[in-house]
Amino acid sequence: MESAELLSVSNVSLSFGGVKAISDISFNIMKGEVRALIGPNGAGKTSLLNVINGFYHPQEGQISYRGKTRKRMKPYQAASSGIARTFQNVALFKGMSTLDNIMSGRSLKMRSGLFWQMINVGPARNEEIQHRKVVENIIDFLEIAHIRKQPVGKLPYGLQKRVELGRAMAMEPELLLLDEPMAGMNLEEKEDMSRFIIDLNNEFGTTIALIEHDMGVVMDLADRVVVLDYGRKIADGTPTEVQANQAVIDAYLGVAH
Amino acid sequence: MEWLSASLEAILVSPFRDMFSMPDFLLQVVWEGFVSGILYALVALGFVLIFKASGVFNFAQGIMVVFAALVLVSIHNMGVPAWLALVITIGVMGLLAIGIERVVLRNLVNQHDAILLMATIGLTLVLKGAGQLFFGGEPKSMITEELGLPTGSSDWEVFDGIVIFQHIDVAAAGIAIIMVMALAIFFSKTRIGRALRAVADDHQAALSVGISLHQIWAIVWFASGIVALVTGIMWGARSDVSFALEIIALKALAVLILGGFTSVPGAIIGGLIVGIGEKLFEVYWGPLFGGGVEAWFAYVLALIFLLFRPQGMFGERIIERV
Amino acid sequence: MLYREAGQFKTSYAADQAMLPIRQDRIALVLLLVVAFLGVPVLGSDFFLSSIMIPFLVFALAAVGLNILTGYAGQLSLGTGAFMGVGAYSCYKLATYFPDTNIIVLVLASGVFSALIGVAFGLPSLRIKGLYLAITTLAAQFFLEWCFIRIEWLYNYNDSGAIEVPQRMLFNIAVTGPHATPTTRYLVILSIVAIMTLVAANVLRGRIGRSWMMIRDMDIAAELMGIRPLRSKLSAFAFSSYYCGVAGALMVFFWLGSAEVEAFDINHSFLILFMVIIGGMGSLTGCFMGAAFIWVLPVIIRAIPPFFGLDMLAATTEHISNIIIGSLIIFFLIVEPHGLARLWQIAKEKLRTWPFPYASS
Repeated sequence: MESAELLSVSNVSLSFGGVKAISDISFNIMKGEVRALIGPNGAGKTSLLNVINGFYHPQEGQISYRGKTRKRMKPYQAASSGIARTFQNVALFKGMSTLDNIMSGRSLKMRSGLFWQMINVGPARNEEIQHRKVVENIIDFLEIAHIRKQPVGKLPYGLQKRVELGRAMAMEPELLLLDEPMAGMNLEEKEDMSRFIIDLNNEFGTTIALIEHDMGVVMDLADRVVVLDYGRKIADGTPTEVQANQAVIDAYLGVAH
Repeated sequence: MEWLSASLEAILVSPFRDMFSMPDFLLQVVWEGFVSGILYALVALGFVLIFKASGVFNFAQGIMVVFAALVLVSIHNMGVPAWLALVITIGVMGLLAIGIERVVLRNLVNQHDAILLMATIGLTLVLKGAGQLFFGGEPKSMITEELGLPTGSSDWEVFDGIVIFQHIDVAAAGIAIIMVMALAIFFSKTRIGRALRAVADDHQAALSVGISLHQIWAIVWFASGIVALVTGIMWGARSDVSFALEIIALKALAVLILGGFTSVPGAIIGGLIVGIGEKLFEVYWGPLFGGGVEAWFAYVLALIFLLFRPQGMFGERIIERV
Repeated sequence: MLYREAGQFKTSYAADQAMLPIRQDRIALVLLLVVAFLGVPVLGSDFFLSSIMIPFLVFALAAVGLNILTGYAGQLSLGTGAFMGVGAYSCYKLATYFPDTNIIVLVLASGVFSALIGVAFGLPSLRIKGLYLAITTLAAQFFLEWCFIRIEWLYNYNDSGAIEVPQRMLFNIAVTGPHATPTTRYLVILSIVAIMTLVAANVLRGRIGRSWMMIRDMDIAAELMGIRPLRSKLSAFAFSSYYCGVAGALMVFFWLGSAEVEAFDINHSFLILFMVIIGGMGSLTGCFMGAAFIWVLPVIIRAIPPFFGLDMLAATTEHISNIIIGSLIIFFLIVEPHGLARLWQIAKEKLRTWPFPYASS
């Protein structure tokens, strides 16, 4: 594994009108690893992802990505610097087909001008076809060719999650944030999804940060794990280290506070 | 730079100088604005009732005002005594509420807000067509005296001048205040009122404790039908009953932006701001732009307000979640 | 039998991404265009052309404009009428200043002004969403209407306050003004509408159209995919208002001949909105269906009573068609929110799989 640091979060705090969602959290993500964020509900995991891709702006602390520190980043700037994301409650474009949803991941890579798009010949058309090829590869990879032309709103939940992963893949991200990619799935679907995540990490070298509640999945997939509880970091280390940590056991089993 | 200082003077100084040089006239303008503000507030109030209970952005509130007044006047014109016509009109508004709940709302539960809004735009068209078809599209005069409402006016000598109060305007202000108080008591003291607030808070939770949404919706639409009727009577008494009111009633939407979609005090304060603001702007600044600025003042005010405070005067700050 | 795609295999992505991938659809479109360009002018009476076809095309173009904004980009607008007005008044001013320029160039240029105004009123859309935005478009509607009355320069200080269309020639044929024949005007409008619809279809299928739909369906996700919300929304406002502006210019120059502010009032904004809802949000075909339906329905209602030997006032037919259109809007929102276009699509789907109804996906 490469040991370069891709992203580091230092002393980040975030609060909403007096309620602290995240307090003083620091951790890093190495290039090429699978990093898991775990913790009980309301621990601030999703908020942390939102901070990383610029949707929330933390009151304190800073985030540096690829060694560069950005003060206030807009979500689209995060996207153009190579951070992609899936959501806890599937956030697909419901009125569009599977194909269009995944094509939408290519938005940043398309360049053809307005004029060519208006007449739909030349660069606009070539570009569309070229990106279609990339998208078709992703569709093959995720085994969703049969639903290519269907509107995503009516697809079963498991397939929607898969389409969403495909859309994030289409961005060819350097860092992929997955928010509970296996929530509400049955065992088979989880196995499929795990397989995709491992392949994505191994074959394409995508760095992955994922939030997951299923400990079995986390232990199998993650290289390192951050544990959050009540907005604080209570443990950080390899799955085995974390599993043995007393604070983690307390947080999960519950002790009187 | 001379033109700059001249226009600054025209915009920033002389209107105020005019205001204070003739305080009696200023008072008259503010009073006129206050009364039309109350009418805007009443339209907005009917809207807030519906929005709170069902989350429907009721575009048809304006036409309901016209429709109610039209039914009242037309029934009276057929020879029915005014009090009976009033009772019948209340009955018609009740039937309308039940009909709307049965036909429209029940079938659009859980739809997107924009869909519900467009459904009420469709409803507007139906009510407009029906009103014109049955009662004719020409303006009619309100049966003010027959309903026992005061007419005529009084003068008030003040600041070496006089301010004229139309009695109907005073009555409108009084009735509006009584109605708001009655609604407040209804919401806080009665069983239905409590159920209604429960529904406004959380549809699902209200359903789970055995509150009938259908019933509540019909009641709320009926209540705002009554508010519409009162508004229509007052408005009709000041001008006359015509479909042009529908366009003016759209200003209530601007009022809602200022006051927030769910706040009764907001609707009233917003209504007064718009009513008084547009009169002052028309009288003191209007001539600079060639007049007629009343037509857009409310909307532009709302637009500017939205840019600085998208959640309204009394709204909570919105936190977006993903 | 007729509507089958069996045997039509697509061997390239280009073929699969064509606007009409099924051969029968392409044939139908060609036939439709032949009828529109040749059949209608030859067979239609002057009344049919100038009272039915020309208004229908003008409104269809405006509906395309509104549908781009509302159906594709998800920003509800109640100011379509005013944006049409901006196009009409700009075209009038341009025709005053450049009397020798080709009138079609001026019509197309006037859309630019309406696009600029559209962008200005679209600026709040970054902070204001959904229903709130609809109210800010009302501000545009009433403010612009006021401008059309108060700024006398816009109608060249006419006493009537109306804009009157001068006569303009194209290849020595009068295309506007009192001497232009309905056939000429119809053909000019038809050409412009056909080309602009094709352009809209292209844009909507490409990157820009997709970015609009992304914003519509889930603006937060779109932003996290690298779409800049302001740029995307403003481009939708610009495009939409351009179409509305051109429709407004065509309306005055090729249909009405002269117009006052009433031609661009809020009732027209609603009329176009109804066409979009009934035709189908997010469908170009729907724009044409909606426009045809709403424009032709009153004509049909007017024709029914004489057919039975009855007398009916013009106003009455208007009221009845209001009731019918209003009820249909509610009906469509309840039963088929995607409008006539979706019903048409379902019918085609049924036809494709007939006689095996369960074979459809």
